[in-house]
Amino acid sequence: MTAPRAFHTSLMLILLPAVAMAQGLDRSTPPTLASPPSLALPTIHSATLANGLEIRLVEMHEVPLVQFQLLITGGSREDGTSPGLASFTAGMLDEGAGGRDALMIAAEAEFLGASLSTTANWDFSTVTLRVPKRQMGRGLDLMADVVLRPTFATTEVSRQRDLRLAGLLQQRDQPNAVAGLIFNRELFPEGHPYHRSPGGDSISTAALDSATVRRFYVESMVPNRTTLVITGDITLDEAQREIETRFGGWARGAPAHRQATVPDPVDRATTIFLADKPGAAQSVVLLGHRGLDLSDPDYHAVQVMNTILGGSFSSRLMTNLRETKGYTYGAGSRFQYRPIPGAFLGSSQVRTDVTDSSLVEFMKELNAIRSEPVDPKELDRAKAYLALGLLGDFETTSQMGGQLAQLLTFHQEPDFFETFVQRVMAVTVDDVQRVAQAHLRPDRLTVVVVGDVASIRPGIENLDWGPVQLTEP
Amino acid sequence: MVDAHRSTRRLLGGALLFLVAMSRAGAQDGPLRVPFVMDTLPNGLRVIVHEDHSVPTVVTNVWYHVGSGDEQPGRTGFAHLFEHLMFMGSANAVYPAFDRLLEAAGANNNGSTTEDRTNYYEEGPATALPLMLWLEADRMGWMLPTMDGPKVDLQRDVVKNERRQSYENRPYGLAWETMTHMMYPAGHPYSWPVIGSMADLSAATLEDTRAFFRRYYAPNNAVLAIAGDVDPEQVFAEVRKYFADIPRGPAINRPNTPVFHLPRDTASVLEDRVQLPRLYYQWHTVKGNADGDAALDLAAYVLAGAKNSRLTQRLVYDLQLATNVIAFQDGKRLDGDFTVYTTARPGKSLPELQSVLDAEIRHLAEEGPTEHELEQAKNAFESGFLNGLERIGRKADLLNSYYYRTGNPDGFQSDLDRYRAVTPADLQRAVRAWLLAPKVMLSIVPQGKTDLAASPMRVIP
Repeated sequence: MTAPRAFHTSLMLILLPAVAMAQGLDRSTPPTLASPPSLALPTIHSATLANGLEIRLVEMHEVPLVQFQLLITGGSREDGTSPGLASFTAGMLDEGAGGRDALMIAAEAEFLGASLSTTANWDFSTVTLRVPKRQMGRGLDLMADVVLRPTFATTEVSRQRDLRLAGLLQQRDQPNAVAGLIFNRELFPEGHPYHRSPGGDSISTAALDSATVRRFYVESMVPNRTTLVITGDITLDEAQREIETRFGGWARGAPAHRQATVPDPVDRATTIFLADKPGAAQSVVLLGHRGLDLSDPDYHAVQVMNTILGGSFSSRLMTNLRETKGYTYGAGSRFQYRPIPGAFLGSSQVRTDVTDSSLVEFMKELNAIRSEPVDPKELDRAKAYLALGLLGDFETTSQMGGQLAQLLTFHQEPDFFETFVQRVMAVTVDDVQRVAQAHLRPDRLTVVVVGDVASIRPGIENLDWGPVQLTEP
Repeated sequence: MVDAHRSTRRLLGGALLFLVAMSRAGAQDGPLRVPFVMDTLPNGLRVIVHEDHSVPTVVTNVWYHVGSGDEQPGRTGFAHLFEHLMFMGSANAVYPAFDRLLEAAGANNNGSTTEDRTNYYEEGPATALPLMLWLEADRMGWMLPTMDGPKVDLQRDVVKNERRQSYENRPYGLAWETMTHMMYPAGHPYSWPVIGSMADLSAATLEDTRAFFRRYYAPNNAVLAIAGDVDPEQVFAEVRKYFADIPRGPAINRPNTPVFHLPRDTASVLEDRVQLPRLYYQWHTVKGNADGDAALDLAAYVLAGAKNSRLTQRLVYDLQLATNVIAFQDGKRLDGDFTVYTTARPGKSLPELQSVLDAEIRHLAEEGPTEHELEQAKNAFESGFLNGLERIGRKADLLNSYYYRTGNPDGFQSDLDRYRAVTPADLQRAVRAWLLAPKVMLSIVPQGKTDLAASPMRVIP
């Protein structure tokens, strides 16, 4: 009964394109496109204040907005014996400054239609102000208070400390966050800047006090470690006047003291770490190993290779685990680029009962891209996706600011983006296979799975990939 | 929640829900205009074009006026499942051509489904526009010829994984579905979540797909917005070329849905794998754009939009009972709802938070906001609104949204105006009318800790 009906329907529908063609349009092949526009990057203006504060500025006059982002070298890498200190200190900047308490600072920023945020990651502390042009002066007054005159009142420190302790507790609810903490802890050894989360832990957080925070602030937040990235409806002359007035008196301090030697990431035979989330509907899978530096000569070929492996929607991991097997909503891979090499990581959230099968598919794809040349069409697609994708990455003041910050973070020349396009387009099939062999190491994986251990453990042990250890966040 | 998305790549996030923070302080001189040209093809397809030459890119954004509210009982989640199927190939762009061709042209794409509409968009180099149009036209006209049972089965699995990832395996993730069931009577178009139930996803068939396509996926039920570095005349020529011969579909008649009011407070407790209990309140309010919608949006800000907002200051800052407070008005086509939720600090129980919530809401209803408080809310709202206009993708989606809600794509200034016009008395009136009415109350507590739940007895005003 159903077969003829299905046959009828599809026959009828197959005729439809023919009708369309009869009206003159041949839809059977995609249109030929004109050559894509080339990337025309705006001029980056520079200036330096006498106290060492560097300014980088790109004018964007479409919307009456300006973004000011202070990048202060020295994030949680400089936490020392107090994990979480840098990010806590950054977070405290707008909790009272220059005669205003935390509520007054928030009220002023919001009333101006501005947003002011203060944060730190492993490598930088940042203070970002986004403000409508006509309120720029008052916005900068507020930003200067927060950066130059933070109060660090004892009551505010204890208030934020308690809030952070609650946040750390809630982190345990998030299987993604748990997997990330375990992965970093197991891949980067004790003493490595990326071993711990910039957010610290409950023991270190409980010990934070106003004096510790102030000491860190005085030592690390100084103008000669800082670049101010400005994007939006402003010129360099105007910016220099506004910044000199407010930040010219910021006293110099000691330059950033980077750790002389950083221990290498752990390099060991594949090891699996399981963290239990009883009854979980899905398992979070994270697997990887050490990555590489942005200045590595293989960088561009690695980016192309990873786009094919797991860096785009039609990548192999997405096609295999989502679109063929139906194991997941998404699967992918990436290389983290940081001032020192981060990790290569593959990740997915997969149905509990196919956790082991998903690991098998990850491994298949890691091996396949190393052992066989990629299809030239697949290569061309990945190159175009990366190179042309840049066009849309400079649209907004915050995107532009982010791109500038990236140049500064990696000490790249302003022609980085132009040469990025050229170098990506030059990558060959052989290059992809060569860098896959050099930079993917399926026998040296740190594998983290957060899920219902009772149901997933036997299957994972049967893979016989290496030791399986039970762990906790 | 409102959106269910096809993929993890570019999530719009629930951010659209949370009061898009907006400012008189940031206001432009003169009216805010997003100039557009609109035309309607003989088959009913409306086309809106906006020029913006600041970056050499283009975005196409199609809204089909169909969402989970159009689903039939027993097939919840189908509109969103169908959205996934729209990427599974069409007569001339056979799977997996859609993603591959766009990536080869340097473009991204995605889609999302709400209760009221489904959208699809592509964004990339301006020169890729003909490809985007060819692909959108092919699936608008000829999606069914290559559709088959295995494709439905596969995306059914993907969507079930999405449900696991975004709801079941996410802390507090089942709150929205639970409240949806409590808020609406069975059979109401909003009485099930956009993602649908596992059982209904299992029941969906290839024949459902065909029927849904024929009923809703036609040019006369779609609006195509194009924004970016383009020439409108050329765009219209290209659009006519690819879309003109797609046949018109049947007219869609939707049954009238009477407005529903909760007769009394309803309370429920859910145990979840979480460390800290969380309390949710939800009220029926007003439809999107209706009188009171903007006032409630601003009320959400006055309650919980900033560190110095009433609930945030009391619960998080002064009393230190909570880790966070979130509030938002979500005005949809058939109804609106207003949500507040707050998470307890370690050692605190929900009744402690509840009494502060109740007192502050009552206080706002009785006294109204101060002039300055409302001014802050308006400034923050307007600033967020203007920030969004930096992106052509956002502008295209708003052109479509304003057209859907008001019939005029360039609703930018009038949208700002309705917020600017809100007075303290308007806000007070809205809070009194809607947030003192019966509500849904949900406590999510750590497993085995139902003693931490809010007390239903306290809620009755």
